[in-house]
Amino acid sequence: MSLRSAADPHYQRPLTRLIDRAAGPLDLPGFEAENGYSSLKKSVREYTPQQIQAIVKDANLRGRGGAGFPAGVKWSLVPMGPDAGEKYLVCNADEMEPGTFKDRLLMEQAPHQLIEAMILVGYAIQATRGYIFLRGEYIVAADRLNKALAEARAAGYVGKNVLGSEWSFELFVHTGAGRYICGEETALINSLEGRRANPRAKPPFPQIAGLWGRPTVVNNVETLMNVPHIVLNGADWFKGLSQGKSKDAGTKMYGCSGRANKTGTWELPIGTTARELLEVHAGGMRDGKKLKAWLPGGASTDFLLPEHLDLAMDFDTIAKAGSRMGTGLIAVVAEDQSMVSAVRNLEEFFARESCGWCTPCRDGLPWSVKILRAFEAGQGQAEDLDVLAKLTKWLGPGKTFCAHAPGAMEPLQSALKYFRHEFEAGLAKPAKAA
Amino acid sequence: MTETIVKLADLVKPAAVAAPFVLSDEERHEIEHELSHYPDSRAASIEALKIVQKHRGWVSDEAIPVIAAAINISAADLEGVATFYNLIFRRPVGRHVIKVCDSISCHLTGYEELRDGLIEHLGVRLGGTTPDNRFTLLPICCLGACDRGATLMIDDDLHGPVEPAQIKALLEAYP
Ligand SMILES: Cc1cc2nc3c(=O)[nH]c(=O)nc-3n(C[C@H](O)[C@H](O)[C@H](O)COP(=O)(O)O)c2cc1C
Ligand code: SF4
Ligand code: FES
Repeated sequence: MSLRSAADPHYQRPLTRLIDRAAGPLDLPGFEAENGYSSLKKSVREYTPQQIQAIVKDANLRGRGGAGFPAGVKWSLVPMGPDAGEKYLVCNADEMEPGTFKDRLLMEQAPHQLIEAMILVGYAIQATRGYIFLRGEYIVAADRLNKALAEARAAGYVGKNVLGSEWSFELFVHTGAGRYICGEETALINSLEGRRANPRAKPPFPQIAGLWGRPTVVNNVETLMNVPHIVLNGADWFKGLSQGKSKDAGTKMYGCSGRANKTGTWELPIGTTARELLEVHAGGMRDGKKLKAWLPGGASTDFLLPEHLDLAMDFDTIAKAGSRMGTGLIAVVAEDQSMVSAVRNLEEFFARESCGWCTPCRDGLPWSVKILRAFEAGQGQAEDLDVLAKLTKWLGPGKTFCAHAPGAMEPLQSALKYFRHEFEAGLAKPAKAA
Repeated sequence: MTETIVKLADLVKPAAVAAPFVLSDEERHEIEHELSHYPDSRAASIEALKIVQKHRGWVSDEAIPVIAAAINISAADLEGVATFYNLIFRRPVGRHVIKVCDSISCHLTGYEELRDGLIEHLGVRLGGTTPDNRFTLLPICCLGACDRGATLMIDDDLHGPVEPAQIKALLEAYP
């Protein structure tokens, strides 16, 4: 029986079901034996690009790169038709959001799934070329993706007249040279063009004018890898994967890092609670310590508290609690760890990784670091608590050129909200009267 | 707190010998291969810098105009790119480059102890190279292996979790 069919009860984990870390990734014959590339074949032979877009829209596949934008809606803005000319599909495989380690696993262990997904989505938007923008440190992933790509090219899945159709598609792996900001999709496009990775103004959105001024779709690794399964099994199957835990559809690569017993990443129904992630899959906090706070999905999400653990990890539920699901891999802070020090670490990261293009971010982030270091050293000034609060506004949404600085303010503002006492404990002691 | 600041004077020291820079046939060949991946040659700038770095360990000032000519862009443009990306080294580095993750999950699982252990063991600050030219120590943002914190990379190899007590044995594998 084929594992890759809707009828198979084990087919609840489309992204990871073929992953066997001990055995390593499947080569092309192995992948094809598991029905690999059958979704691409079905797409090219039986569906028009518009039909695939409609299926994915109906499936409600939301972007897994952090923002949750519906993929089908994003693609529907791409100009179609015989005169549309050069168009590009870019896979965002920059994975540099601190606390996030899901795309690495997917690419290292299932490279052919990403290659199939890229070609299929390329077909759906009638792209002429695709690039996988991979961060420079992912050496193993680069090697395995290039190997898989060469196999796919030799088999006629990539190149001129894909599977004998009218449509041709070239695909390349592009490796980066560092800088977190490359993950922001317009900075990524600049970087791919061989420029400094400063973001671009939006609009125009990349779907209209992106890479080399041409219509471009940028999607995250995990987002793309869902698509072949959706096309093969249908929108209703995909919606059912969440098992009623959420009105979002599909599974999600969740994970847990920090001082927990069994840190790792797991594919689970979207809407699984953070408590299940921490207590069941991660085996609870290490050394019997209590949980103090947690980041739901990366450095640029607001801290939540133990009382929020029973919330469904989906885009809308976590947003209602005042944070963001982000990438969905939680990072846990133990009771004996300092929030001031954690936030100082986070803001040092954001300050260093600012691209320097706009003043509030370039100058505001180092300012916050300076203040946080003072509080950590017990030299905080009372007025600076207000400055920190003001910075969260001055660097907030709409005040800067891209979402880097507003993202940086999320852990800071939530730490100030929930743990003000820890900051106050870092105030300089008044000098003793002589 | 640990000293992490690199002095400006160190950054602008002229290279020892200013022999004219020439790309090797191998480098040229590899750059040409990359050029074939893009409709615009500028897009190969990062790959071209990485190719030269792979062969020489770093990218000198003299290399910039030559690489720029090979991909048909101005030296100033390439300089702007070369100074933006942290994985392009503009000063010589040691035989092995240690990149220690300093992001949040590793912060929560022992980054500062690991960093201090490395600094003590190597006798260099972050950004420094040991006098025997064996190791350069650099901080790096999240390596996407947060479940294995605290992590570091030595050359192309990922290691984690690494405890300060393991540093000595770990580094012995990199002569
Ligand atoms: C500062 C910054 C860094 C980002 N880094 C990443 C990243 O590493 N990977 C990623 O997929 N998306 C990242 N994003 C989100 C992308 O801009 C974009 O929304 C995403 O790639 C869209 O793909 P999706 O709709 O499939 O999620 C980042 C955004 C910002 C503002
Ligand atoms: S917010 Fe920061 S990262 Fe974004 S454009 Fe401005 S300076 Fe660059
Ligand atoms: S925070 Fe260190 S590997 Fe992610």
